[in-house]
Amino acid sequence: MGFMAVIGFAVARLRNLFAVVMLTGIFSLTAAVLYVILDAVDVAFTEAAVGAGISTVLMLGTLALTSSEERVESSGGSKWALLLVVATGCVLVYGTLDMPPFGDPTAAIHHHVAPYYLEKSGQEIGLPNVVTSVLASYRGYDTLGEVFVIFTAAIGVLLIIGRPKFGRRRTHRMLVGELSNSMRNNVILRVVSKLLIPFILLFALYVQWHGDFGPGGGFQAGVIFAAGFILYALIFDIDTARTMIPASITRLFLALGVLLYAGVGVAGFVLGGNFLEYSVLAADPVSGQHLGILLVELGVGMTVAAAMISIFFTFARQEH
Amino acid sequence: MEYFGLINYWMVIILMMTGFYIVIAHDNLIKKIVGLNIFQVSVFVFYITMAKVKGGTAPILADGITIYSNPLPHVLILTAIFVGVATTALGLALVVRIRDAYCTIEDDEIENQEDNA
Repeated sequence: MGFMAVIGFAVARLRNLFAVVMLTGIFSLTAAVLYVILDAVDVAFTEAAVGAGISTVLMLGTLALTSSEERVESSGGSKWALLLVVATGCVLVYGTLDMPPFGDPTAAIHHHVAPYYLEKSGQEIGLPNVVTSVLASYRGYDTLGEVFVIFTAAIGVLLIIGRPKFGRRRTHRMLVGELSNSMRNNVILRVVSKLLIPFILLFALYVQWHGDFGPGGGFQAGVIFAAGFILYALIFDIDTARTMIPASITRLFLALGVLLYAGVGVAGFVLGGNFLEYSVLAADPVSGQHLGILLVELGVGMTVAAAMISIFFTFARQEH
Repeated sequence: MEYFGLINYWMVIILMMTGFYIVIAHDNLIKKIVGLNIFQVSVFVFYITMAKVKGGTAPILADGITIYSNPLPHVLILTAIFVGVATTALGLALVVRIRDAYCTIEDDEIENQEDNA
């Protein structure tokens, strides 16, 4: 954690935005390691895939479209900002004095619904990964909402910068051109990534279907799947990558995933249960839960993969 | 050693305040988004810290293990990470549009242009 704090300070001081973005990637990886230490394997998985992978690529895309150097200035407001920040920090530290100590099993958080999930989910849902059970079944409403947020954000990005250009516009430096002129001619990168991409996609599918039993699930699988395509687009050609998965297909899957999730919920209605009640989907409740979680995770994976791919292409194709 | 158990929370606060400082003290819009990300990660670490139970393992049921860490915060943070990256993408898209309209991504320069217009 000390390492994370050091990176945080470095980010605050550095003016070169490229270095800042790279440091954010390292920051995310460190955070992922910390989550593993704190037993949150699913979260660590997600953080490593999203924080270190996708958001770094998106930030680099933005840098290529704007400028990679922060203007040096000496503004007087900075002292007041520091003062305000230190004051807030002190208040928060005072607040922590009432917190239960780290790892205390008697803390209030461990005595509400968590013991129920840990004791009952084995029988009620029959999946060893409690995180998946809670995510897709007990708190299915929440997850449906999150999927809608991702869906909406992808639509927002497409609306804001996805359209053909209008107004005045200068020729920007190429995102892909800049990165890949050196990368494309590098034989080692080409060969290695050609070998790796099928395995990345395969691994994504494994994570998708194995999420019930080990760490993983639709969210992580979607990101890994998208990362495979993004790697292809970066190393080879962005237009070739785009012809492989045209915009119409990503948009279709974007909507289809959300629809599948909500559809499973409605199917619960039709079969006489509540919204998102999976027990009625099959003859016995446990296999109904299995089926429901599998379908819901598939929907999540589809939406996430499609959202990440379309956001990436929207950023990457800005300057054509 | 009463305060020893609180060190994790204090590190979270240091991280959070670093992010907060970046957001309010820097004019560069990309830097602000990076600051928000750091702030966000600090909140995630806070939740995950609370979920840890001493001597527990990851919440994947297995024979012979009786103590698990709390799975609920894990679920919340897992989805929060995705919402975070989605909103970050949206913010970055706005930055690109702002750059198109104003030719700069420095907050005060944009304000100057607004005043002069």
